[in-house]
Amino acid sequence: MSKIKEKALGAAEKKAAYGPDLDLSSFKHKAGKHAYKADLAGIPEAEKAGMADAGMILSGEKRTGSYIQMDHSPVHCSVREEGVEILPTMEALKKYKGLKDYWWKAVDVGADKYTARTELDFHNGYFIRAAKGVKSLFPVQACLYLSEEDISQNVHNIVIVEENAELHIITGCTTAPHLERALHIGVSEFYIKRGATLTFTMIHNWGEEVAVRPRTAVWVEEGGTYLSNYVCMKPARSLQMAPAIRLMGEGAVTRLNTILVARKGSEMDVGGSVHLEAAGTRAEIISRTISTGGNIIARGLLVGYEPGVRAHLECNGLMLAESGNIRAIPELDGRVAGVEMSHEAAVGKISQEEIEYLMARGISEAEATALIVRGFLNVEMEGLPAELKQEIDRVIAESGKSLM
Amino acid sequence: MLRIEDLQVKIGDHEVLKHIDLEIKQGETHILFGPNGSGKTTLLMTVMGYPQYTVTAGNIFFKGEDITNLPLNERAKMGIGMSYQRPPTIHGLKTRQMVEICAREKIDVADLAGKVNFTDFLERDINAGFSGGEIKRSELLQLMAQDPDLLLFDEPESGVDLENIALIGNSISRLLQRDFHVDPEMTQKQKKLARTKMGLIITHTGFILDYVTADRGQVLYDGVMSCKSNPQEIFNCIKKMGYEECVRCSN
Repeated sequence: MSKIKEKALGAAEKKAAYGPDLDLSSFKHKAGKHAYKADLAGIPEAEKAGMADAGMILSGEKRTGSYIQMDHSPVHCSVREEGVEILPTMEALKKYKGLKDYWWKAVDVGADKYTARTELDFHNGYFIRAAKGVKSLFPVQACLYLSEEDISQNVHNIVIVEENAELHIITGCTTAPHLERALHIGVSEFYIKRGATLTFTMIHNWGEEVAVRPRTAVWVEEGGTYLSNYVCMKPARSLQMAPAIRLMGEGAVTRLNTILVARKGSEMDVGGSVHLEAAGTRAEIISRTISTGGNIIARGLLVGYEPGVRAHLECNGLMLAESGNIRAIPELDGRVAGVEMSHEAAVGKISQEEIEYLMARGISEAEATALIVRGFLNVEMEGLPAELKQEIDRVIAESGKSLM
Repeated sequence: MLRIEDLQVKIGDHEVLKHIDLEIKQGETHILFGPNGSGKTTLLMTVMGYPQYTVTAGNIFFKGEDITNLPLNERAKMGIGMSYQRPPTIHGLKTRQMVEICAREKIDVADLAGKVNFTDFLERDINAGFSGGEIKRSELLQLMAQDPDLLLFDEPESGVDLENIALIGNSISRLLQRDFHVDPEMTQKQKKLARTKMGLIITHTGFILDYVTADRGQVLYDGVMSCKSNPQEIFNCIKKMGYEECVRCSN
């Protein structure tokens, strides 16, 4: 038995550090097959709307490539630009002989039962690689779709951005309109080489009873940049994630933006940690969370190992209902003198003064509230291509309407 | 026309305004003097329609309608606009958007902003980190876009440096149709007749009187309105003798 398998077996029952514990045996591990479509247009109409809401463009226009997986079956995989490679992970493992420098390197297979499960019961995922120096014009889109009731989808994604390359990925995770309960586990290992940039935008649109456990780790080399934008306007029943970013090379930079809403019945435990391990590294974690009755824990952890590193953490929560709960837990961990790290956190309701100020300019209370909420969610996402920014704005505006 | 009749206003249990009568005719601008805590801002906020200011007696009429119980935004729509002293910051809401909201129709925001030297602030969150003078210019820009018929100014000159006081004074004068340089051919009477905008301006320093002509001055002292007269005269009296004396002599 391989060392990885052994470790996975050892962690098969290991509870996660955060989030409610899930009974994995209550989810189905076998799923029906979905037919492969060489052409994106072949995606069934019923599924298209949900995918579009999660940021997918199903004409493939303005996209460098596409990967779509339904339940356990990759149903589409195509590339339009040279120098960018997209494969189902299983194929990439074959082609690159086990991807030994990347497979379970950034994420520890023995971290908890969810990582272990992904190894023991592995349902593909995407492998995306941008070759050295390639600067992709448009984003690659990847969609992980759940359609079968009570299913567990355990994917393992690998992204490699080679030296000085530039890649944008937009991932949409969503569920079929009829689907109520399912589990999505996504292990993602991202490797950003010297001078490379990865912009990773993830839009989640979940069914009401879906449980989600992403396990993401990112390694950033010298001069590399990792920009992450996470938007979840249609919350899951239970979501827990805490991506870990290691800034390993001099001057590496990361910025993590999170925008999410928790409705009544939702448990969202979301955070991120950044380890500033090299000189001149910089990090920013910004989260804007809204509770319309759900419970949110917004975490953030910055760890500084080198003098002169700079990092800032911002957790802001807005409570729109009488029920619900938002806990902001910002943490700073300086391991050496000379680190420059700060945080700010604020949780509260919409200020009456702001509403009245807007009303005094002639708009209704409802309009004023909507504007303030929209402003609250309006995080400056630097480095985002205009097209993606528009996409995010659209998703926020669409789902923002249903908040009021 | 704005007509306030025997108005009494409470904040919580505290009675702030007592038997206030005030009438601002079409085209008139009044200056409101008074020491700190005398109820000047309360009067403005009550006319604007802030619900925390409870009207316990009396009525407010605007354009012939009783607006005493009308909500804030309905009063704004009827043509009442206010310039705030310390407006709140709204994160994520750009000044440009705010001006567009005020205008309620497509306007050239940049062109308007140019008039109060505010073009560079349009992409900034409204009031975020604005200095005293910047707040005033932002408020004026919003009022220019809103173009109300009754303008309420809460200390428009406070916190403004000397360089900007003329800009602000002249902009207020223009909003109130009191910029006399526009048509030198018009007689005073013609100008007065052509004027429709009404103004109520709170001032502490009186600086604003150098730029804005006003028809009448009033002193609000301890929640009671007294001393109706020429604004410059009142101001000189207050400067010389203080509020207490000034109010006593008029009563």
